[in-house]
Amino acid sequence: MFAYLVRRLFAVIVMLGVVVLVTLSIFFAIPKLTGTDVATLFVGKQADPASIEGIRQKLELDDPILVQFWHFVSGLFAGRDYTGGGTTEHCPAPCFGYSFRNEQLIWPVLTDRLPVTLSLVSGAAVLWLLGGVATGVVSALKRGTLWDRSAMTVALAGVSLPIYFTGLLSLAVFHYWLGWVDGEYTDFAEDPGAWFSGLMMPWITLAFLYAAMYARLTRATMLEVLGEDYIRTARAKGLREPVVIGKHAMRSTMTPVLTILGMDLGALIGGAILTESTFNLQGLGRAAVVAIGERDLPMILGVTLFTSTAVIVANLVVDLLYAVIDPRVRLS
Amino acid sequence: MSARKAGKITASPTSQASRAGRRTAAGAALVVAALVSTAACGGGGGGKDGKGGGKAAGFNAGINKVASASDKKGGELKFIGTQDADSWDPQRGYYGFMWDFARYYTRTLVTPKPAPGAQSVDVVADMATDTGKLSDDKKTYTFTLRDGLTWEDGQPVTSKQIKYGIERTWATDKISGGPQWLMQVLDPERSYKGPYKDDTPDKLGLKAIETPDDRTIVFHLPKPNGDFLQMLAIPAAAPVRPDKDTAEKYGLKPFSNGPYKFVSYTANKGLELVRNDKWNRDSDPVRKALPDKISLRLTSNADDMDKKLIAGEYDVDINATGMGSAGRQKALQSSRGNIDNPQTGFIRFAAFPKSVAPFDNEHCRKAVIYASDHTSLQTARGGPEAGGDIGTSMLPPSVKGYDPGYDPFKLKQGKPDEAKAKEELKACGKPDGFRTTIAVRNNKPQEIATAESMQAALKKVGIDAQIDPYDGAQSTGIIGAPKNVKAKGYGILVFGWGADFPSGQGFLQPLADGRFIQESGNQNFPELDDPAINKLFDDAIAETDPDKAGKLYQEANKKVTEGAWYMPFTYEKNIIWRSSRLTNAYTSDAYNGRYDYASLGVVR
Repeated sequence: MFAYLVRRLFAVIVMLGVVVLVTLSIFFAIPKLTGTDVATLFVGKQADPASIEGIRQKLELDDPILVQFWHFVSGLFAGRDYTGGGTTEHCPAPCFGYSFRNEQLIWPVLTDRLPVTLSLVSGAAVLWLLGGVATGVVSALKRGTLWDRSAMTVALAGVSLPIYFTGLLSLAVFHYWLGWVDGEYTDFAEDPGAWFSGLMMPWITLAFLYAAMYARLTRATMLEVLGEDYIRTARAKGLREPVVIGKHAMRSTMTPVLTILGMDLGALIGGAILTESTFNLQGLGRAAVVAIGERDLPMILGVTLFTSTAVIVANLVVDLLYAVIDPRVRLS
Repeated sequence: MSARKAGKITASPTSQASRAGRRTAAGAALVVAALVSTAACGGGGGGKDGKGGGKAAGFNAGINKVASASDKKGGELKFIGTQDADSWDPQRGYYGFMWDFARYYTRTLVTPKPAPGAQSVDVVADMATDTGKLSDDKKTYTFTLRDGLTWEDGQPVTSKQIKYGIERTWATDKISGGPQWLMQVLDPERSYKGPYKDDTPDKLGLKAIETPDDRTIVFHLPKPNGDFLQMLAIPAAAPVRPDKDTAEKYGLKPFSNGPYKFVSYTANKGLELVRNDKWNRDSDPVRKALPDKISLRLTSNADDMDKKLIAGEYDVDINATGMGSAGRQKALQSSRGNIDNPQTGFIRFAAFPKSVAPFDNEHCRKAVIYASDHTSLQTARGGPEAGGDIGTSMLPPSVKGYDPGYDPFKLKQGKPDEAKAKEELKACGKPDGFRTTIAVRNNKPQEIATAESMQAALKKVGIDAQIDPYDGAQSTGIIGAPKNVKAKGYGILVFGWGADFPSGQGFLQPLADGRFIQESGNQNFPELDDPAINKLFDDAIAETDPDKAGKLYQEANKKVTEGAWYMPFTYEKNIIWRSSRLTNAYTSDAYNGRYDYASLGVVR
């Protein structure tokens, strides 16, 4: 178990290094390929060569990629200084970089945005797990009935309808028309009630999409599991049906659900982009979109690295949880 | 590994899912239909006429007059927007709405007149006692500061701090992105390196500005410039106090000398201003300072922003780039009284680079102008209200020298003239037409629509135009680089242009003066270099009487328009929302048809 963990953690570090290197390369390769100059994006309407050169120096655009990679990685652990035009800005570890677009360090922006995304994702995950798994189980048990068909129809709608459709629809109905919920996000610390009210719509919208997928996944897996020999054995032993389903079938059913959940949570932490944009939630996904629009390279790099870490860590946690849920799995 | 495991496990549900999908397709269609009809209900039900305010002042009530005049103080003025400022630093901001908003927290020696429409084009004294004394050789401007000018900590504003603020523009590596007019006019050789590399003890090394005492400031220009006062009215001429100068970071919390000060600002989220209690109303003839608080909320969803405005949750769209089509239609139908339809001072146009054949030939350029369908182009821009009037020349109505009757190609009639187009093609030596490429920003749907309109119309006379949509954020390096334009064979460049200040120098010179052609960030798209036109600009700039200068710009405009270097689409207009509780709302030509933010109030 310990050796397994060490091996996995080492792989995580290598993986993150590759992510940083690839992201950096994209940033510096694309301008070279398209013949554009990153510095010209920062000079405004009246671009004169002296200003462009000054910005090139400040952004260290002339350094080779490997040097930039080294600066970035060492900054993560030891912090680094940004020098330009006569003053120096210190970026303490973990230094995720400095946004020249907004003149601020990246790390505080990430930590400022993270609670919003976590609020959104965790609330929605609770909803879609409860709703999706329960619907899937019931549908599997009542296969072919009216309940099964209607539940799967709604699920199909949930999977097919894009967030910007269901999101705007729910805003139109529940905020503008009925006035039941807030249309805006409030910090939890500021007003927990408003926080809850403001997140209701995003939660439901996001959960609707995912619950649909989970319901279909749970139903399918459950049907498969119910056909297994050990279930027949359990029933033959005379175990009561709730025990067969709840204890024996559920464990196997939850394995794929957990796998998907781990990946979904990891991905959503960096990229509930559509939900955040539709509901104007200032989370990490939104930060990434704005950064791409503004060509704010350090910010894109910061969010990418942060997100990749979340995905990889979530996957690691899921793999560890397998051993807990499924007695057939041994980590070695 | 987990990924492989997951892949294997999810494979089977997918096949089952598709079976279930087929079985229930009909049911799904029903559900979708039900949801869509609910949406229609939701959309139509919210047509309330702005809660929490009085009655709307009427359609175009803020155009050339003041809508809901009032002097009542108090309340919170709530801005909303989809685009943050490039910077709130007075020397770095270049977006038009930032210049308008900056008057809340920063003052300049002179400023656009706080009056509706065309009156705002004049500048009036702000921190200075008057609009300055001009020497006989028209090269020296002297200003005296008013009494009672203060910073937000109560200390007086001095002429040296104004000089220091202006000097920051020279530090282009740190204070990047802002307008450079003052630098070009005061120090064209760029002999000064900016205050951060200044060895003099007080960092006031710029020779072109003198501050003999704390209340006097003198500007020495190498040669006269009739628009110098306009340049001093831009926030880039605002004071900055050296001990409060945080260099690059100044825009995150500018130190106020206006009626409001920053409480909070988070990039791309929003900001909050409250009253600056050290500001003396007696010292300020320009700002009404009615609200107690001013807030800006930035959102990512433009359609939702329009809805929030219509629902009365916010007062003004700070960007004022025009409502989206859904919001616009709803507003025009049910809340027409909350709408203003101002001129923005922009011209939307196509330019013909002479480096790309056959546009080196005047007749081929004219053929394109005659063959295009100008009503269709106007519709592509959004129609007469949301798009603007059909443009007929290269000076917009807000600039002196504009002549409403001037229309050499008879574009106002709005029909293509195929016979004339074919004549011009013959004269150009291409009687059967030619092939070319239209370059258009891929993030501007209206520009793509205009390119498509041109493509369809040009086809009728045998001109085969391909459309190349390019990354709109990179336009400075793509269509702003003549080398690249030639290499890519871009014969037609679709773009738009608005002036930094309403004069021929601000509008037409960057577009048509041969000495403005640049390797990157070029705005003289046709690469037009005509000594006669260049001289007209020199003469007009040296002229300090705006009316006389206007006549010269008019002549330059005629040469540019009749040379068929540009084809104007529209004199742009916008549909903007005015909440029912707004007072003193009027649009200002000086701020591209935005409301004059410094005058707005929210209590009747």
